[in-house]
Amino acid sequence: MRRFYLQHERAILGAVGIIAFLILWEGFARGWWAELLQPLLGPQAARLQLRPIFISSPTRIARAAFDMIFVTGAIWKDFGWSGLEFTLGVALALAIGIPLGLAAGWYRRLSYAVEPFLTALNATPQVAFLPLLILWVGTGLACRVLIIVLLAVLPIAIGAVAAVRTVDARLIRVARSFSANDALLFRSIILPSSVPFLLAGARLAVGRGMIGIVVGEIYGSAAGIGAMMNQAGSRFETDKVFVGVLAIAVAGVGLVEGLRRIERRVEAWRPQVAA
Amino acid sequence: MTARPKLEAQDIRLSYLQPRTGTALAALDGVNLQIMEGEFVAIVGPSGCGKTTFLSVVDGLIAATAGRVLVDGEAVTRPGPDRAVVFQDASLLPWRTVLGNVRYGLECLGVAAREAGARAEKLVALVGLSGFEHHYPHELSGGMQQRVNLARALVVDPKILLMDEPFAALDAQTRELMQEELLRIWAAAKKTVLFITHQIDEALYLADRVVVFSGRPGKVKDSIAVDIERPRPIGVKRQARFHALEDRIWELIEEDVKTKAREDRHARA
Ligand SMILES: Nc1ncnc2c1ncn2[C@@H]1O[C@H](COP(=O)(O)OP(=O)(O)O)[C@@H](O)[C@H]1O
Ligand SMILES: [Mg+2]
Repeated sequence: MRRFYLQHERAILGAVGIIAFLILWEGFARGWWAELLQPLLGPQAARLQLRPIFISSPTRIARAAFDMIFVTGAIWKDFGWSGLEFTLGVALALAIGIPLGLAAGWYRRLSYAVEPFLTALNATPQVAFLPLLILWVGTGLACRVLIIVLLAVLPIAIGAVAAVRTVDARLIRVARSFSANDALLFRSIILPSSVPFLLAGARLAVGRGMIGIVVGEIYGSAAGIGAMMNQAGSRFETDKVFVGVLAIAVAGVGLVEGLRRIERRVEAWRPQVAA
Repeated sequence: MTARPKLEAQDIRLSYLQPRTGTALAALDGVNLQIMEGEFVAIVGPSGCGKTTFLSVVDGLIAATAGRVLVDGEAVTRPGPDRAVVFQDASLLPWRTVLGNVRYGLECLGVAAREAGARAEKLVALVGLSGFEHHYPHELSGGMQQRVNLARALVVDPKILLMDEPFAALDAQTRELMQEELLRIWAAAKKTVLFITHQIDEALYLADRVVVFSGRPGKVKDSIAVDIERPRPIGVKRQARFHALEDRIWELIEEDVKTKAREDRHARA
């Protein structure tokens, strides 16, 4: 028993934390805590009951999610649209960010030219560009994809610059000494040592892409998880808003876990550090 | 008529531009050296005297400010398959296995995959690493890593082997083992070797000739023939003749080493 606990301590404590949180939440919505503390706090205790219209509750959210997934199936269309925006946006961000970052890391002069932009873009909240994007391309799919690109490209490019800058100079000497041409030097030394940085950039990009989904769909979008949440919010359908939050969280965690799997496979050579 | 040297350095000068101060730092101040085919030459000198720099110039990794390097009478302008370097730190590609690292040079030279694999396996066996082909560098001891480093250079079958303090980071026992092994491999492969070290006994045990560098900026102070017959059992290191040569070389560099130590103390103060 004790051994089982020690082996799974992390998972067990995590589960306990989540369950405690859900019970606490449900209790506020159903007035459990108000009832329980009535003798102690008197009339003040009523404040511990919160209206579901504001905080919903785990069981209500579960029911709404069940409906949206299995009964009406409404969420699939939103999921599809948001997924499309996300895939296009992140793919474009990778296609721009990785070559740009690697090149800026390698060619000092290019980095001098590019760095002011990266720094400036990094210092501004990128969602501030949304009104401009709408002005330029309208509120359609293009706008929503571009805001995701704008958000996701930075961590990818910055990770790629760092990747090249930290390549072991001794390995570059080895390649040069064997008369490797630039393409081979890139393929055999720079790319393999860049993997951890590129994946770290991709992980950040996933999170920022999720922000992009929600922000991009605020204006004039009829479909998508963000649009659904926005509309549900304005109709006080709190349960649905939470379902949207949950959907994004699940998708984000899933993607990050997928990246971790890739990393583990590509980086299988790395010495395992004892946990 | 005397034979043409295999490798010749003519009045090599090199200054580094120091980015921080913008001034030039003279690292090599007219190095002249001739090495005959099949000869094993060791360079000794205090640390920082420009040994690695000289080796890089000979390999063609950096261009000399003045002077030229000739291999078989032809000027060296860039690295080529006739020379291979055994680097100071093993500098292995950490994401490649032993076999993958040994193959690396062949891949760079465009040797077909099949042949590269076969040649690499042979070299792995030659340096005594059979059974470790699929280990990663971090799973190997320092001595084994240097064996891979050596195999990686030998596999391209260079005519000249350039070795930069390859055993400096090893413990004393492993170092002696590696020195013996290197002589065995050298005797079998008949390469011309330029071996850099800061250890006098290592230079004497391995080389036909020991070239002594002065302190920075480096130049050749003296060249001493090692008239100890081969094969050399490790026991020669305890012979009186060996000690006499050791003393002679130590006298040559003692002053420079002490000057360097004084400079270092000043730099710290
Ligand atoms: N890339 C470089 N830029 C500037 N100075 C350098 C560079 N490489 C080496 N030096 C300097 O040149 C001198 C000789 O270095 P090096 O050839 O590595 O000496 P050694 O191998 O004999 O210890 C040292 O003072 C070192 O600080
Ligand atoms: Mg050195």
